[in-house]
Amino acid sequence: MRIIPFLISTVATVGLVYLLNTPLPVGNTKTPRLGYFLSPQQGFWQNAEASNASFSGDVKLEGLKGKVDVFVDERLVPHIYAQTDLDAYYVQGYIHAKFRLWQMEFQTYVAAGRLSEITGPDKLPIDLFFRRLGMVYGAEQTMQRMEKDHEMQATVDAYAEGVNAYIKSLKPEQIPFEYKLMDYKPEAWTPLKTYLFLMYMSYDLTGSGAKQDLKMSNAKNYLGYEDFNQLFPNVQDSLDPIIPKGTAFAKPSIIPVAPKGIDSPYLNKAANSSSAESPLTPNRNNGSNNWAVSGSKTVSGRPILCNDPHLGLNLPSLWYEIQINTPTHNTYGASFPGSPSVIIGFNDSIAWGVTNAGRDVLDYYEMKFKDTTMQEYWYNGEWKKADLRMETIKVKGKPDVTEFIAITEIGPVMYDHHYKSDSANPKNLAVRWTANKAGTGLKTFYKLNRAKNIDDYKAAIADWSCPGQNFAFASKSGHIAIKQQGSFVARWNRQGDFIMPGIDSAYQWQGMIPESENPMIVDPKRGWISSANQKATDSTYPYYLGIARNFPLYRGIMINKRLAAMNDITPIDMQYLQNENYDVFAEMARPVLLKNIDDSKLTTNEKKYVDILRDWNFRNEITAEGATVFNAVWDSLEQVVWKDDFQNAKSPMPWPDASTLLESLLKDNNYRYADNKNTPNKVETMQDDVMEAVRRASVYLGELEKDRKLNWGSVKDTKVTHLSQVPALSRLHIPIGGGRNCVNATTSAHGPSWRMIVHMTDETEAYGVYPGGQSGNPGSKFYDNFIDSWAAGKYYKLLILSKENAAKNEKMKWHISFTNG
Amino acid sequence: MKFITALFLTAFLAFAIGLFTSLPWWTFVFTSFLVAMGVHQKAGLAFLSGFFGLFILWVVLALLKDLPNEHLLSMKVARILPLGGSYWALILITGLIGGLVSGLAATAGCTARKK
Repeated sequence: MRIIPFLISTVATVGLVYLLNTPLPVGNTKTPRLGYFLSPQQGFWQNAEASNASFSGDVKLEGLKGKVDVFVDERLVPHIYAQTDLDAYYVQGYIHAKFRLWQMEFQTYVAAGRLSEITGPDKLPIDLFFRRLGMVYGAEQTMQRMEKDHEMQATVDAYAEGVNAYIKSLKPEQIPFEYKLMDYKPEAWTPLKTYLFLMYMSYDLTGSGAKQDLKMSNAKNYLGYEDFNQLFPNVQDSLDPIIPKGTAFAKPSIIPVAPKGIDSPYLNKAANSSSAESPLTPNRNNGSNNWAVSGSKTVSGRPILCNDPHLGLNLPSLWYEIQINTPTHNTYGASFPGSPSVIIGFNDSIAWGVTNAGRDVLDYYEMKFKDTTMQEYWYNGEWKKADLRMETIKVKGKPDVTEFIAITEIGPVMYDHHYKSDSANPKNLAVRWTANKAGTGLKTFYKLNRAKNIDDYKAAIADWSCPGQNFAFASKSGHIAIKQQGSFVARWNRQGDFIMPGIDSAYQWQGMIPESENPMIVDPKRGWISSANQKATDSTYPYYLGIARNFPLYRGIMINKRLAAMNDITPIDMQYLQNENYDVFAEMARPVLLKNIDDSKLTTNEKKYVDILRDWNFRNEITAEGATVFNAVWDSLEQVVWKDDFQNAKSPMPWPDASTLLESLLKDNNYRYADNKNTPNKVETMQDDVMEAVRRASVYLGELEKDRKLNWGSVKDTKVTHLSQVPALSRLHIPIGGGRNCVNATTSAHGPSWRMIVHMTDETEAYGVYPGGQSGNPGSKFYDNFIDSWAAGKYYKLLILSKENAAKNEKMKWHISFTNG
Repeated sequence: MKFITALFLTAFLAFAIGLFTSLPWWTFVFTSFLVAMGVHQKAGLAFLSGFFGLFILWVVLALLKDLPNEHLLSMKVARILPLGGSYWALILITGLIGGLVSGLAATAGCTARKK
């Protein structure tokens, strides 16, 4: 033995193995363990799926009662044929995990405030935010309630068992790519994770209030209530509500009354502001379109239902197509990986689709605690005991962080001296949020999957509590309907728009609106129903719907205008409408802009852009330069009008909405906010402001033109981002038109996440597409193969087949047989 | 001949032990070490046979996954790491990493032998 060479080479071997087995810092991130990651027998190479891979197989599972056949079609959509419902959900769990395991788990890590566990301390602010908002608490509440409902509990349990059966079958080298990249392993699935995922959807669709109420309180205090009321009004002149104007509403069974002396503690300037800034907020464009036309307006004489939910665009997609066939139902649609049943879809009798109601169901109350131990709070003239909840957050590579959350009668105290509150003057803000109350979870979707007619539909949605949705409906028997359903607070005017005093019950919710008084229409004379997140009703509805800012106006106007003009409708017409890039907002705003532009005072360059604007046809097409010019001028105008008015704001607050500015300009040529406060010797008019906006926009547009990026597609630059934000796993620069105020509401990272059209003919004719692919594996050709079709406005025909027909259909490429064993 | 035998044995045993995927990825250091102990060569040659045994094995195994996959995943990984999207560079680095660890282990094995 040659001691010295032996020692040197041994130390070198051990050292190199250690180095290659350790994540190495590169810039802000860390590499995977390179030796492991690149090892062909264990690492990422194992996830490189052959382009001609077969998905057929025989799977033996312990928990199954009978045989289950799954036919997988050429787009990798599974069609599940089971003899019992529980077997079907068991296999749905297995299949979801087989194709989307990493995503399913990652989403629940986000919802549960556990991101730091896998990514390290960078994500701790997001974890803290979700924990303090009561996400885990809320999921537990729903789970406890659902445990009393045996049918639903069995469903969620069967699904979890299916997921776990798949996880158990995985050999170490077979775990999904992202686990290897981020260096962790899948853990067991639990029913709580399904409820956590649903909490995340509640957050995404109703959580904007978590930030908005604070910012609105700040804006109200900064501006004073009167000015605030002008800049953030609750009147929308151009509103075309979901329930047609003039529809009569029943007398309210609750008449909420504002507390006496409301001016001082609530609307007063000094009341309740907050410096808190949340680390994230749901996208304001989260919304959707749905509509259904009755047989009187279609060529076939049968209804057509359409739905396209607008959400953040991610890979792997939020949605996963599936058909579930059992003796009780035969249903096709988009499901959530992480949850049993179909969420948006159709069966052999009916079709349904959802849009977000946008109603305010999250309020803040300022609480008074005896001391910083937060054990007792003052409520209705006495000290009450708070529950203290401890939440431990594991942080990768760092010690655990423990959060103390005081739970009051009102809800969890989100902001206090532990979290983001001004330490000199700590405010204790408790959250009251319907999502934190025990909900019925999935029951509505479970029942919709099985609904046969309009009565089943009404019964299915009656218990739906959060997030409030507009449920559109169409049946083969010829009915159409829409109902805004959720657990909604019976509010007095402006209740909950700002932080409310929480020392007694005066500002508490006075009741929930009975489900039977929620806005609904069935088979309206006009022959269609529609919703696009606008206000559900006009002002004759007896309850306060919440701040107008929550309700975008323009897509609804466009959809109703088009549907009113259409007759002899076919599914192709509906496809065009879902992809409509016409911008109603621009149509209303351009005349106001042009009216205030004096061509004689423009430079040649500015004149060129104004001419482009003048010649534009209001379509946000990829090639449209007019769309770019319009948006640049409008954004500049907002800067010119508002910047000086908000320049002294010390706490976070929003500027007024585009619709508010537009409606003010349409009404009032001498808009007082046009004046620039920084020029004491001059009073600017709207003409001055628009001219200034054109000047500023022209500078920006000039730069774009130099880079040859003046077309709208380049400016908007749509992308579908991987959930981990890694660019190499994302699809960037997708050629698609549209915009926030178009029916095709595609913006930069947000848009129609699932487009579906269902024609209720005897043999259902359905089309769908989503910007993703059925496989969650970045190493599969099915990872993002729908994106190009989606961008081009193309659809796939959706196959809802009986088992015999599926077995002989040529589009079925693979067959997985599940048996007990 | 010894060189070829050592190289082949190194590759074969690394592949065989690699089938036990619950063992760590670097378990082949033991087989490479033992091969170099058993097949008498000079230290330099032992390193090279250890190196190329794993280099060739890992490159071949990577190609067997990469070709049917049409470089879909390797091009993405080669942008994450970052190698400018070159799957060839990624395959080369894969081979180099396996080769270096194995070569060093083989050198240790060779020098562990009695003279």
